[in-house]
Parts: sequence; C-alpha cells; structure tokens
Amino acid sequence: MPSHRVPSEADVISTVEFNHTGELLATGDKGGRVVIFQREPESKNAPHSQGEYDVYSTFQSHEPEFDYLKSLEIEEKINKIKWLPQQNAAHSLLSTNDKTIKLWKITERDKRPEGYNLKDEEGKLKDLSTVTSLQVPVLKPMDLMVEVSPRRVFANGHTYHINSISVNSDCETYMSADDLRINLWHLAITDRSFNIVDIKPANMEDLTEVITASEFHPHHCNLFVYSSSKGSLRLCDMRAAALCDKHSKLFEEPEDPSNRSFFSEIISSVSDVKFSHSGRYMLTRDYLTVKVWDLNMEARPIETYQVHDYLRSKLCSLYENDCIFDKFECAWNGSDSVIMTGAYNNFFRMFDRNTKRDVTLEASRESSKPRAVLKPRRVCVGGKRRRDDISVDSLDFTRKILHTAWHPAENIIAVAAANNLYIFQDKVNSETH
Amino acid sequence: MLSKGLKRKREEEEEEEEEEEKEALAVDTWWLDSDHPAVAQAPPAVASSSLFDLSVLKLHHSLRQSEPDLRHLVLVVNTLRRIQASMVPTAALPPVPSLPAAPGMADSLLASSDAALSASMASLLEDLSHIEGLSQAPQPLAEEGPQGRPIGGAPPSLGSLDLLDPATGCLLDDGLEGLFEDIDTSMYDSELWAPASEGLKPGPEDGSGKEDTPELKETELKDTELDYLMDVLVGTQALERPPGPGR
Repeated sequence: MPSHRVPSEADVISTVEFNHTGELLATGDKGGRVVIFQREPESKNAPHSQGEYDVYSTFQSHEPEFDYLKSLEIEEKINKIKWLPQQNAAHSLLSTNDKTIKLWKITERDKRPEGYNLKDEEGKLKDLSTVTSLQVPVLKPMDLMVEVSPRRVFANGHTYHINSISVNSDCETYMSADDLRINLWHLAITDRSFNIVDIKPANMEDLTEVITASEFHPHHCNLFVYSSSKGSLRLCDMRAAALCDKHSKLFEEPEDPSNRSFFSEIISSVSDVKFSHSGRYMLTRDYLTVKVWDLNMEARPIETYQVHDYLRSKLCSLYENDCIFDKFECAWNGSDSVIMTGAYNNFFRMFDRNTKRDVTLEASRESSKPRAVLKPRRVCVGGKRRRDDISVDSLDFTRKILHTAWHPAENIIAVAAANNLYIFQDKVNSETH
Repeated sequence: MLSKGLKRKREEEEEEEEEEEKEALAVDTWWLDSDHPAVAQAPPAVASSSLFDLSVLKLHHSLRQSEPDLRHLVLVVNTLRRIQASMVPTAALPPVPSLPAAPGMADSLLASSDAALSASMASLLEDLSHIEGLSQAPQPLAEEGPQGRPIGGAPPSLGSLDLLDPATGCLLDDGLEGLFEDIDTSMYDSELWAPASEGLKPGPEDGSGKEDTPELKETELKDTELDYLMDVLVGTQALERPPGPGR
C-alpha cells in the first residue's frame, strides 16, 4: 500500500476476502481500488516472518460513473470481491460496485523472450539487410511482474444496488444480488443474465422488504440462500423453477415478545449470511447477534451469540445517529468451530461454538504492535469495573469493524478498520485447532 | 424530468448527527410502547412525538437523495408505521402510506411514479393532519416524569407549536406545510409519466392502472415520444419509424 499518501475517505476499506488457499488476500476500498496481498512462504532463515502478507498487486477496479439517463453518480466503491477457484497458473476474482461486476485475471510474468529476428532489443524493427541468420528467441528470467487485466465486464444487470456476489461451486456461474433482484450469470457471457429472484412488488408503494445478502451453497450448485431486511432467510433450489420466487425453505425466528420495540424490525435485519465450510449450517449477523442455523431446522437458529447486548437499551440513540443501520459481516473459521464478527470501538468478537467461550479484541495501532499478543477487552455495563474495561458510554461509534475475513484453513484473520487492514495470526493455538 | 446533473449530496443534518455520535448514548425508555414490561407502572405509553418527528425527518432525508438507499428507506417507513400505529391506537386512521416511489428507484430508464410519489406524500400529509386534529399539543418540557416522559398522557401530536423545520431547527409558522419546504417540488410539477412495464416477471402487469389521474391520457403521447427518444439513445430501436401523431 502506498505509504506516502495521506489517508482519505477513498482509502476506507469496504471489503476483505481470502482466496481459496489463503495464499492471497484481496481488499477493495471506497475509491474503487483493489489491493491484493500475498503470503510469503515461511522460511527457515527468517522464522520471525512466518508467512506474513505483503502487497502483491494494486489496481483500479472501478471508476466513478455518471448515469446520464437518471442524472445519478454511480459510486466506485467496491462492495464485494469474490475469488474464483484457481484452475490454472492465473488467479481470477470478481469485484463489484453498486451496478457493475468485473472479472479480473491476475498473472505473473517472470520471464521474457529475447533474441527476436525482426525486432532489436528495444523493440524497433531491424533493418532486414542486417539479418543474415535466423535465431530462436529464448526465455530469459526477469523481475517478477504481476499483471492484472479485466477479462469481463458484467454491466446493466441491476437497477438497484448490488449487495452480494457469490461464485457457484460449478465454477461456471455466479450470482449477483441487489435490493430486489438476484441474477445468475455465466462467467463467460456478459451480455445477458438470468433473473432468478425478483421480490419487487407490482406497485413500489407496497415495498416492505429488501434483499440484504445472498450466497451459493458451497457444495450443492443448485442451492442458494438470501436474507432479507425483515430477518428471514430463504433457501432456494434452482432446479425447482426458473424464477425462484417460492423458497424451498424459510428460516425465521419468531420475535421475542419481551424484547419487542419499535426497532425490532431494524435490528432483526440480516446484514450478512455465510454458509459453513461443511455446508450444513448458515451463519447470520443482525444488529445485536450472530446466529447459527441448521439447514434442517427452519423454526429457529440452533445457536445465538450476543455481540453487544448492552446496546439494546440504547437503540433509540443509535437510530438517531443512524448507527442502527450499520451492516456488519460475519465469518467462520476453517473448521466451522469458531465464528467472528465486528463491533464498535474497533472491537471484534469471536465465539467458540464448542467451548461456548467468547473473546473481544481490538484492532488499533496502539494495541497491535507487530508480534504483540492481543489483549482481550471488556465492555463494562455498570457494576464492578476492572482497570482496562471500557464503559458503554465511552465506546466510539465512529470506529467500527464492518468487514472481517478468516483464512480458509489456518488461524489467520483479516480485520478492516477504516483505511487500515489488520492481519492477526494465532500461533499458540495453531496446533490445537 | 429529474433535476439534471443532481449529484448525491451530503445533508447538513448528517454532519450534525455525526458530531452528536460522540456524546454518550442515553438509556432510552421514553419511547417504549405500552407492551414493554418496564413501563407497567407508567401511564399508557405511546411513542413520543420526538421519535415520530425523527422518523419523518429520516424519511425525508432518505427521499431527498437522488438515489435513496432502499434498505434504509424501507426500514424507516416500516418503523414509522409502527410508531404511528402506537400513537393513535383507537382512532380509525387511513392506512399508513406505503413506501413512496421516490424518483430514481424506477426500474426502467425513465423516471417513473412522480404521480405515485406526490400521491403518497399527499396521503402522508393527510395522515399527519389527522393526528394533529385528534389530539392537543402537550408541553414536552413542562411535565416530564423521572423517566423523561410527558406525564400529561395526551397523545403527542404535530400541532404547529411543536413543529420544527428540519433544516433550520426553527419553529415553523405555517405548521405542516413547512415540514416539506425543503423538498424540491419541481418533480411534482413535471409531466406525469405512466410507469413503464419491465417484462421481467410473468403475470398481470397493471402499470398503467396504478395512476387514476386524468392527466394520463395527455401524457401517453409524450410517453411514446420520450420512449422513442430513449430507445434511440440506447440504440435498441434506431431503425424503427417514429410513432405518428395520431397514436
């Protein structure tokens, strides 16, 4: 990352995603840039730099656009990045802003041909009279160059703002979801897509619910889930019908009458949904909790974890300052035993599903010296206050961890806080997990 | 048509709200509805007018964006419905206006539903004036109990005395009308367009039936002309003949 630039709003990270091996980590920002980090191979000579991530490539994915017909500016902010499974030497990823999805191919070049017959070393055409014999160009090593090129642009598929993209396990198709519709694309075809979900009412005045997130099942290429602003999840089977308006399964938890308030619906709105690696569970994040759902049980989640229940009595203030509309993401670890999500004050939380223990950690420069051990944090809600506790009223609601990602296999997490990316590795427990 | 060249702009209120975030969050109980066990001993609680006003303010702010955040808009409207329902539980109110179809949310390339928007805003105004007519204005600061809730028990209202102009925070002289002063009404004055059908979903498409406005016939001609222009611009029907004047 360029270290000379003064951080600005455009540098705020808007999405983080590991690739399928965890070797690469991509971030997108509000300025439309994508930065890819690569994990350095662990070397015996330098045991301290065990597999650290360094910048591998930076490119401008999306530019600000102007929709002349609607007189609207289209933000270049990268909403989501999803990696394609690697099928050859090149890496590919999909990146999307509000309206347009792009397929990028990332290739390495570490050799170049030398000894052309018709061109000289600088590429100028040779005077043919000086060519007396033919030679075969040979490949000579050169400094590694990472080249990124846009291979496909999937445009004009969405009227509303794209919130999710998800690559199918068939590696040929992917879906993109906006507030009201979900489209299915073939990775090789850009001029058409198939609409598979449409919840737009005939009369927009009747609109009461929008799509908030969606994801393909990791193994069953015909199944996908989408979440709504009313807190429900719909599992759909593409084999059943071309237009998946009728869900196969509807996952919804009845409202708890003792917690009813005017803000019940807002806090039940699901901001993220993720299938477990096993494909057996789903993880959802709403404003105050993360929930684990079993695909075989629609009536209620099997586990509910409180992220920051102390905010429940402050919902009106959070409504007033719009924080109640913040969309936090959630993540599984590689073995589906631990789940993670962000919170305020640059805190993020992890929940161990087996031991039922949880921890609160902070992503900040002060508490994250290289190779230092993160100290667990605690928010006190009155009563006995320990020395390093932070009180609810001192929480900084402008510092929030919305985007987090977990390495697919190891205990390495990436946490984005505004324009900073934190990568934490768990060395101590790496054998036990 | 929509105001040309209108970019999304930050509202001044947004910046003010960001400054307020730094203040400690107060525990709020004054907005609770009557079902909440914590207020069992208090007089039957309804949402205070502040929460209602706040929601209306958020709704306006959302609608004023050139391209509203649909999720935010829907959640605010649904919350407003709950609040409104609790404010006057016994009166037979007309149904809360459904989501106004703000310009920019149109599915087609053409702006649509300006008529729907003005109709929805009109009914929203109507509802607000109903509430105003049903109750008297309480004095919010004079009779607050220990939990900060008006003890008077009178349902809150939008009497002109309480109405603050959202932009300046000053009391409005002309009551409800002033609430919408900041809204750019040029869209209401523009020609009414029938919403175009998308053809994406099978089933009855009653686009033209939505608006029962007498201006519909008058705009049909302009619709087709504009349709044609748009098609030419996007190059889909560049070779078709323009519609005749008698259509």
